[in-house]
Amino acid sequence: MFEKIWENHEIVSEQGKPSILYIDLHLVHEVTSPQAFEGLRLSGRQVRRPELTFATMDHNVPTKDRFNISDPISKQQVDTLTANCKEFGVKLYDLNTIDQGVVHVMGPELGLTHPGKTIVCGDSHTSTHGAFGALAFGIGTSEVEHVLATQCLQQAKAKTMCIRFNGKRKPGITAKDMILGLIAKYGTDFGTGYVMEYTGEAIRELTMEERMTVCNMSIEAGARAGLIAPDETTFAYLRGREYAPQGAAFDKAVEQWRALCTDEGAEFDLTLDFDVATLIPQVTWGTSPGMGTGITDSVPVPEELPTENERKAAKSAIEYMGLKPGTPMTDIEIDYVFIGSCTNGRIEDLRAAASVARGYKVNPKVTAIVVPGSGRVKIQAEKEGLDKIFVEAGFEWRDAGCSMCLAMNPDVLQPGQRCASTSNRNFEGRQGRGGRTHLVSPEMAAAAAVQGRFVDVRKWDFKAEVTA
Amino acid sequence: MEAFVQLNGLVAPVDRVNVDTDAIIPKQFLKRIERSGFGQFLFFEWRWDEQGNVIPEFSLNKDRYQGASVLLSRANFGCGSSREHAPWAILDYGFRCVIAPSFADIFYNNCFKNGILPIKLTEEQVDDLFKRTEAKEGYKLNVDLENQVITDEDGLNISFEIDAHRRNFLLKGLDDIGLTLQHEAAITAYEQRRAASAVV
Repeated sequence: MFEKIWENHEIVSEQGKPSILYIDLHLVHEVTSPQAFEGLRLSGRQVRRPELTFATMDHNVPTKDRFNISDPISKQQVDTLTANCKEFGVKLYDLNTIDQGVVHVMGPELGLTHPGKTIVCGDSHTSTHGAFGALAFGIGTSEVEHVLATQCLQQAKAKTMCIRFNGKRKPGITAKDMILGLIAKYGTDFGTGYVMEYTGEAIRELTMEERMTVCNMSIEAGARAGLIAPDETTFAYLRGREYAPQGAAFDKAVEQWRALCTDEGAEFDLTLDFDVATLIPQVTWGTSPGMGTGITDSVPVPEELPTENERKAAKSAIEYMGLKPGTPMTDIEIDYVFIGSCTNGRIEDLRAAASVARGYKVNPKVTAIVVPGSGRVKIQAEKEGLDKIFVEAGFEWRDAGCSMCLAMNPDVLQPGQRCASTSNRNFEGRQGRGGRTHLVSPEMAAAAAVQGRFVDVRKWDFKAEVTA
Repeated sequence: MEAFVQLNGLVAPVDRVNVDTDAIIPKQFLKRIERSGFGQFLFFEWRWDEQGNVIPEFSLNKDRYQGASVLLSRANFGCGSSREHAPWAILDYGFRCVIAPSFADIFYNNCFKNGILPIKLTEEQVDDLFKRTEAKEGYKLNVDLENQVITDEDGLNISFEIDAHRRNFLLKGLDDIGLTLQHEAAITAYEQRRAASAVV
């Protein structure tokens, strides 16, 4: 599939040089674009295809009192995006629109993400869009400028890897557990230089949103991009969306999309297997997404790890995380819960978290926030009454944005605070200086909010009704 | 972009695996709308504690590494966020070359856009360089991109691999947007072909 998309977009291919690849969709946000627009201005260049370029503001925006950005530098960055979009004729979904949201939630919702497209954004989690069978990857600001100016990128062809997710998921096991489990097993750089295609029974059974969760974290495995072949699930999701082909054009598009799928017997540079049937809910204990384990397991003992680099890294991570080697994961108490992000801020994620929270109260020592991935997710959740479930349980119900995934807005952990987070990175200081992040699924995060520590959500007593 | 041909510079070690771009430049400093001025925030949370005091154990705070232009680190350097602010900070601080056993893709690519040479060596070679750097105050490396060799005053001589196109790009300090636009006719023809066949 990667080869087919590549061939469809390769404009120039010269021996010993990177290819020139055409880009179908360019998503833009406020943090990685100002220097790119400035570059265009300095060189007197225009945006070549403004109609293929869509912008939103997500990283900096407050999730309460959102129009009042108190940090003047954040405000300047948001205002700069607005001015740049106006000057260069780029469509912007700003805070006044219901479509505003985390850029990787917004794109698919609008139906901008199609199978077979090449999609880039100055954001590493652009890999999310691969869930539709699009070749989607993150780029730096110089490349943002390159795409704005030329609608192309110079790219060397990546190697291909097939990840086979074998077996069926047990109840309580989420797409997040699948990708966290994969990275815990193989590490954070096994994907470097590769485009990964996720296959197997467990992938086919995922909903579109679950597939996005898996592809989202491809970058955490080091991969350039993650791909899932489009199928009926993909087409059903896309049908009727604003930027999806309409009517007969849609059916024609479906035919073309089907033809993109990897041919039987196609060869990959590398194939890996991952067993889903034995997977248990995952929690990270360290400061790299690969430092994770099952909820029934314990914080590792660094001395027992195989290599010197691993021992050193684990020791330093455990120290930063304020943990003791050998502590059962279920003994780890938390102060904060963040439910949201481009990994787990979609409606199904909120439904899953709400189903756990329903009828319970957030532990009094825990602050728990729910940040919908977009304005549309928020409205849908409110229609379904999810906001009420959360608020009655003691969660804060916020506005859309990246929020505490990277804490560029006011949602920041204090030093030493420990957070159960549905986001994608547990790096040192990611959610605030000295903050300690444990990556989990929305279900696990909601359960941790209630209990004040990590619990095995497979044993959760789900309540049908909201009780006082 | 400034060309990179040869560099003779002091080496500073950051002895950690998986150095992520959040560590290289924390998010609170991504709000600037310029490309310059990020060096002062490089490895911010490793250089200063929460009260703003210098953390003396961190290598870049040691007198012996002041003025370094070669950064030595471990595997998967530059992983995580795509932020180009990371190479901007590295460059602005004074580094022109980063040596590690492996780099994350986006960071690696971003280096070339900014005149920084990222060099991949084997784990053993990197280990050896860490030892040499530790052993000798004022340890310098000579990095010769033209001939793809790293040497020191003590007889070290390591050749390194680099993609020929990327090498040429750095040696000449090329503008890659300009290079792509040389293919303007091909891009336009492609767009017309696509519009006609409406392939998505």
